[in-house]
Amino acid sequence: MKNRSLALQIGLTVLPILLSLVITTLLILAVGSDPRAVFQNVWEGAFRDSRAFAGVVNFWIPLTLCSLGLIITFTAGLWNIGVEGQMAMGAVFASWAALSFRLPAPVLVPVEIVLAMIGGALWALLAGVLKTRLGVHEIFGGVALNALANVVSIYLISGPWQPPEGGSVRATPPFPTDALLPPLSDEFKVSLLALVIVGVVFLAVVLALRGTRWGLELKATGKNARSALLLGVPTERSALSAFIACGMLAGIAGSYRVLFTYGNLRPLVSGGIGFLGLLVVLLVANRALWAPVVAFVFAAILGGSARLKVAMQLDASLAGVLQGFLVLMALLTNGLRARLTPPAQADSRDETPHRSGETFQPITPPSQEIKAHE
Amino acid sequence: MNIELRHIHKRFGPVHANNDINLTFQGGRIIGILGENGAGKSTLMKILSGFQSLDSGEIWMDGQRVDYTGPEAAIEHGVGMLQQDPLDVAAFTVLENFIYGQRGGLSLGRKAARDRLKEISWRFGFFDLDPDTPIAQLSIGQRQQLEIVRLLSQGVKTLILDEPTTGISAEQKVVLFNALRELAHNEGMTVLLVSHKLEDVIALCDEVAVLRAGRLVGTRAMPATTRELVAMMFGQELPPVKREPVGEGLRPSPTPAIELDRAQLRGKRVTVSELSLRVQPGEIIGLAGLEGSGQEALLRACVGLIKPQAGRIQLCGEDVTGKSYRHFLRCGCAFGAAGRLEEGLVGGLTLTEHIALVNEYQPVVDWNRARRLTQEQLKQYNVRGRPDSRIETLSGGNQQRMLMALMPPKPVLMVLEQPTRGLDVDSARWIWQQLLERRATGTAIIFSSPELDEIVTYSDRILVFYAGRVTEIPDASRTNIDELGRLIGGHSDGAAQ
Repeated sequence: MKNRSLALQIGLTVLPILLSLVITTLLILAVGSDPRAVFQNVWEGAFRDSRAFAGVVNFWIPLTLCSLGLIITFTAGLWNIGVEGQMAMGAVFASWAALSFRLPAPVLVPVEIVLAMIGGALWALLAGVLKTRLGVHEIFGGVALNALANVVSIYLISGPWQPPEGGSVRATPPFPTDALLPPLSDEFKVSLLALVIVGVVFLAVVLALRGTRWGLELKATGKNARSALLLGVPTERSALSAFIACGMLAGIAGSYRVLFTYGNLRPLVSGGIGFLGLLVVLLVANRALWAPVVAFVFAAILGGSARLKVAMQLDASLAGVLQGFLVLMALLTNGLRARLTPPAQADSRDETPHRSGETFQPITPPSQEIKAHE
Repeated sequence: MNIELRHIHKRFGPVHANNDINLTFQGGRIIGILGENGAGKSTLMKILSGFQSLDSGEIWMDGQRVDYTGPEAAIEHGVGMLQQDPLDVAAFTVLENFIYGQRGGLSLGRKAARDRLKEISWRFGFFDLDPDTPIAQLSIGQRQQLEIVRLLSQGVKTLILDEPTTGISAEQKVVLFNALRELAHNEGMTVLLVSHKLEDVIALCDEVAVLRAGRLVGTRAMPATTRELVAMMFGQELPPVKREPVGEGLRPSPTPAIELDRAQLRGKRVTVSELSLRVQPGEIIGLAGLEGSGQEALLRACVGLIKPQAGRIQLCGEDVTGKSYRHFLRCGCAFGAAGRLEEGLVGGLTLTEHIALVNEYQPVVDWNRARRLTQEQLKQYNVRGRPDSRIETLSGGNQQRMLMALMPPKPVLMVLEQPTRGLDVDSARWIWQQLLERRATGTAIIFSSPELDEIVTYSDRILVFYAGRVTEIPDASRTNIDELGRLIGGHSDGAAQ
């Protein structure tokens, strides 16, 4: 019995990966290419040398930060679609510091990162207040704020932050070296500081969700805000703090894009990483421990498939197709899991009516009722 | 059309919503289906009208066994149900709503449909159903009329109405009742009326069938008095003669546990006005009344979940009018809602997590201590479950005991909505034992219950709610179920004032 359910669990974890590989393979065959060569090229694209691998890591860093942030908001039952905008605002705040202050790097870089956290947090808080106070669902608020954040960054790039002698409307001037994160080496261009931050954030998120009062309140709010409120949890504060925490992490992610990846501020600086983070979190069913791993797989596939165009004249969006199927299949198997595993029944002495528990949901549904209700 | 239900069973998880129901409905009669919320009447009607499948049992119509799935099939067999919220499409006009669901080919046949709509609606006195009015502009009463007309034109011979008089005007009610009488008495249709408004049942029905806790209690021909119907709905067992010696050693203290001063409370359906109430420490107040008569508004106001529109509320002498629920909690209130997994327990969290939520307030949760505490509480409150069990895997009785374990040990005031809802006799008695122990330490208790004997047994004073009106029975030991039943049905005469 126990063995069977364990086998089922493992099967249901491996199944989506297999299914999406099969579908992608069929798709490659359908366009007349060799699947083995494709996978070979993707692998080489990601891992052939330290430069390629650095590219993967540079994508992995902001993706992991966003995913961890999103796990916090998902725990509180919030679909924080606005993570893209929060990244963009983080990038904007960091860029402002980079363009305005003339300070030595050991001072300037922390200032930039802290400002980025503030920027992301403010943008997230806006979505949170819209939700808790004005009843605007965080998905709609988030989408609007994403668009707005992009408009703000484009305005700044093309207007106030243009150098007086004139520059490009496609980016701000390059930031001074003191404002940038230094790479580990010329061979392996990855920021050590960013790696440390990701490690610290990862530990902090895992521990906070497991062992703190804050994490417990988030979880209760996400599962049933109404009950949580009646048990004395300040659900509104809980939801807002989740937004703020996620915004801070997204802000760091945004700052990494401008302070390391690009070295200046560009439009659409978030590059869809926030949305990809949502997919990561869906795939890991909100388990923080797995987020860096899955984020790494995503980063490798994306980085690796850039090579497809050069090597095989295939469109690199194949990677997106694979990821899309992966998430779709994962969600399907989650549904399957809910059907196959009946809710465990504790030994019950009395045969008394109670509402049968809702089906197991690996991802908390959008919160029902986080309002200024108290 | 004669309908016979044989041995109908329907379960929702552990809830036996319909337990071996056997009923026969004769054509040409209006039959009232009575029962408190959760008695199983809606389930039974949904089974008959195809909105729900049955677990086992048979439906016979005019001597033929029928077997159908889905409302469409039910309508084909001549059974149509008018839902509490009419199933119409707001963006469409009356005529368009009338047409959809009709048999027919691709062409809508607007002209013919318009004539037919007119003909049927005029026959039943629904004169203000204009075919071209959008649904959004109709009142609930008119939408109901449209649904009836639509079902009739689809050839329905048995019409089920679920709480049809909620939200319609007095004139519309007259029109509706006349139409229903016409349908049953002159056209030989079967009309089934689900309602807990006894006055409607008395005014309209030829017979009633009463359900309680999923079982058929009985049927009887009308006329019957409110009191008789209430007795059937709530059970006729007399309350135990031996009451707990409540009230002993209870001296009026200078500061009541809670005091309401001419409070105006807006409930879901009714508003309670000018309600003044002082509850002494150690006093138990029972709230009686049909669901939605205003009790829930009082209960929720006593813990700050709804704020009074007028008047003041004091807790232990402190004015807490308009304060938040969390403030009430800090002042020593405890609240237990009727829907355990909706309000009170968090599905998906373990028992330990629940205990930690109300005990571990420092930033880092000491899970070992929480688990130890949980084990102690499970033992003390006799909860069958492991600390790591998720709360929703517990049975109802265990959930209720768990809820009790989550409440503060010595609250000033406990406010409980149906504290023994869905519990068997043993579990219910156990809960009350706990409550009486807390009461002995000075906790005041306000509770509501659909079980009249529970109210009579445990209350010091009783407040009876009828449509937002409150009648007080100052000495619960000198009342009986008869009197309560009368007050619940809205007869305020004979109340011990």
